[in-house]
Amino acid sequence: MDVELVDIYKTFGRVHANDGISLKVKSGTVQGILGENGAGKSTLMKILSGFIQADSGDILLDGKKVTIQSPADSVKLGIGMLHQDPQDFPPMKVLDNLIIGSPVGLFPNRRKIIKQFEELQKQFNFAISPDNYIDTLTVGERQQLEILRLLWLGAEVLILDEPTTGISASQKALLFETIRKLAAQGKAILFVSHKLDEVESLCTQVVVFRQGKNVGAMTPPYNTDRLVEMMFGKTIARSERICETQEAVNFKVDNLRIDDPRFAIKEVNFEIRRGEVIGLAGMEGSGQAVILRTLAGIVRPTGGHIYMMDGKEGVRTDLAGKHYFQFRNNGISFLPAARLEEGLIQGMSLAEHFALAEKQDGFMVDREDIDDLAGQRIKDFNIRGTPESRIEELSGGNQQRAELALMRNPLRLLLLEHPTRGLDIESSMYIWGKLKQRCIEGASILFISSDLDEIVHYSDRILVFFGGRVSAAFEASQVTIDQLGQLIGGKGWS
Amino acid sequence: MVSNRTHKAGGLGSALRKLLTNRLSSILIAVILALAITWVVILVMQAPPLRVFGIMLKGSVGSMSAITQTFQAWVPLVLATCGLMFTFTAGLWNIGMEGQIEMGAICAYGVIHYVTGSSTPGYLVIILASLAGMAGGAFWAYLVGLLKNYGGVNEIFGGLGFNFIADAFLLYLVYGPWKPAGVAQGSTKMIDAQYWLPQVPGTYLSLWSLGLAILGIVVVTFVLKGTYFGLKLKAVGKNAKASFMMGIPTSRYMLLSFVLCGVFGGLAGSFQVTGFLHVLRNSISGGYGYLALMVGMLSNYQPLIGVPISLIFTALNKGATGLVIDLQLDTNFSGVIQGLLVLCVLLMQGVRAKLSKGIRGVQHG
Repeated sequence: MDVELVDIYKTFGRVHANDGISLKVKSGTVQGILGENGAGKSTLMKILSGFIQADSGDILLDGKKVTIQSPADSVKLGIGMLHQDPQDFPPMKVLDNLIIGSPVGLFPNRRKIIKQFEELQKQFNFAISPDNYIDTLTVGERQQLEILRLLWLGAEVLILDEPTTGISASQKALLFETIRKLAAQGKAILFVSHKLDEVESLCTQVVVFRQGKNVGAMTPPYNTDRLVEMMFGKTIARSERICETQEAVNFKVDNLRIDDPRFAIKEVNFEIRRGEVIGLAGMEGSGQAVILRTLAGIVRPTGGHIYMMDGKEGVRTDLAGKHYFQFRNNGISFLPAARLEEGLIQGMSLAEHFALAEKQDGFMVDREDIDDLAGQRIKDFNIRGTPESRIEELSGGNQQRAELALMRNPLRLLLLEHPTRGLDIESSMYIWGKLKQRCIEGASILFISSDLDEIVHYSDRILVFFGGRVSAAFEASQVTIDQLGQLIGGKGWS
Repeated sequence: MVSNRTHKAGGLGSALRKLLTNRLSSILIAVILALAITWVVILVMQAPPLRVFGIMLKGSVGSMSAITQTFQAWVPLVLATCGLMFTFTAGLWNIGMEGQIEMGAICAYGVIHYVTGSSTPGYLVIILASLAGMAGGAFWAYLVGLLKNYGGVNEIFGGLGFNFIADAFLLYLVYGPWKPAGVAQGSTKMIDAQYWLPQVPGTYLSLWSLGLAILGIVVVTFVLKGTYFGLKLKAVGKNAKASFMMGIPTSRYMLLSFVLCGVFGGLAGSFQVTGFLHVLRNSISGGYGYLALMVGMLSNYQPLIGVPISLIFTALNKGATGLVIDLQLDTNFSGVIQGLLVLCVLLMQGVRAKLSKGIRGVQHG
């Protein structure tokens, strides 16, 4: 079946997730879709599979206009989506998972379905027992089951969203072989990925999305440099370093190991100097968030050391394995991206937040003192609100400023998740101004951002993450976007 | 400007909307709604509604003796409500309050049982019994908290389980080791009068327990509104994850809220023994634990609002006893009204929240 998406628009608040995207995928082809986080890939796939609806634009199947209001609609039309995380029911059996959501009626003929299932999986050399429970399967097998289920439901168009995350090399090979077979059968495949190697080896053509737009297509032979340029843009303004990076080492991460369900992070080594900003680059879920939370003391490493250097020669404290509160008491502060879930407390006022964040003075809360303090901080951090404003009444930018205002003094290390995500330029600049102030006072900053511009612009050094691996640190003043882009896309790792 | 325009355009619709979204008027509507449904229920039971309300009013506040009885019954309810304010603030549903009251009563009676016949002065025994009651209630609540924190057992199920255990334990004691001589009657023998809380002559009301209940309200209000402990507990209740990130030891605070809650429940239980029934008997908690949960919900978890509400609830209970004699209705009739009140208030809260969502937008800037 040929798929055509015409002029799709979708906005979330002020964000144009899809800004007039058009895309045509012919039956029998494997269409690669590349792009940074937030480029609009997932939004478009969700529109095609009925999870969300476009603000405007048309979807055509074999040239005929269709409306897709729900995932059930898309299944009926022959569109199947394989999600990044398997959408199945772990406590149930394989066969039950197959039957759920299929129009087989109240009393399915299990024997017949098993036979169909076995025939289908023989085609692709899968070996899943229909009587097994889902939670005994590997991620790769669950993915295979999901593909079989979609085919069994009659999918002619398959959307695969980052399908190689968390599966083994042999399963990946089998998956690619399967995808090629399916294309040969005349199915249309949409392969969403940020891994350049995979896209280049598998896809018959590639499009690149950037900031909600389709910025270009390419057919083999692929020019990696050109693809990277399309994904990340060409030039990035670099600011001069405001923080004088001091030579003194503040923290030393030594042979850190972390077990994450997706991948094992091994042998992470780097130094954090006083007053420096380190940007952690990489596609979301490449391991940078886990490292950040480990350095914050929230995730416990399985091995290695996090040394806090005491300034004097040779004096150091190992924080690895210690309680989160001990990290905090040593001046390590973590700012989560999910502000209203992890950082701030809905239903409480700004003043109450400041009361909680400050060092407790006595048993009683002195309302007047706290209101004074809140008023002062509100002024210092340019927060639009009053001490009585409840935190959820503030805009995102003001919430972010409030999070910054809540941080204690003095600090040794700031760990920031997406410090300016969703904020306008003015707010972002303000926040970075405040952060640089901290650097001048001697704190170090590690931050995650999916915005490569922000990383290159504000970092002194950059670490790139890919599939749980960590690159050596690059001097931000010398690195090129092409270098970073290739590494983020999984190229150039030894 | 904008609201003015919608006002004119909306007319009656917007007036109703305003009535429904205003806190006070929406509560008033809920009460009227509850009374209206009660009216219908009374008609269905083929009783005269006005007379029913008259009897209830007379039975609860119609005479000095009725008033003292209402206040006497108010003590355990308000104590339990005070305790629940801690757990509610921490975002926990302490269904186990019933069991905690019972354990308080058991421990208080236990102290008296074992000192009876010794030369310990009565007032000291009463103090010891009260302390033992508080400790018993606190321990029982602590167990629920432990299960929640370290066993992953939701406090609602844990509390319910411990209610049953406390029930069974009480029955065992009453029919077993603490059975009075003679035929078992589901009750122990009455404690010596020297161990009774002093009562206002001619009534059952003890000014001591009443005073402590009032003190309890003051303490709870003060702790929750004025101290860092209260502020942190509120933070834990509203967002445990963010509270932890801000450096609050959340599980310790949750456990502490259970213990404090249990202290109040246990004290209520001990007063049931020393101040009211003077025996330990089956279902000594009198359903005050569950009733207190309803009061807590109705008061929107504000201790001071809980005071009048718990008074109304006890008045309803006291008033309903008269219905049995005069109209052959069941005493549980008061429960119908209480339940309707809670449901109607919750319903109106829901309506208010739904309607206000469109009005009070988030400020952007």
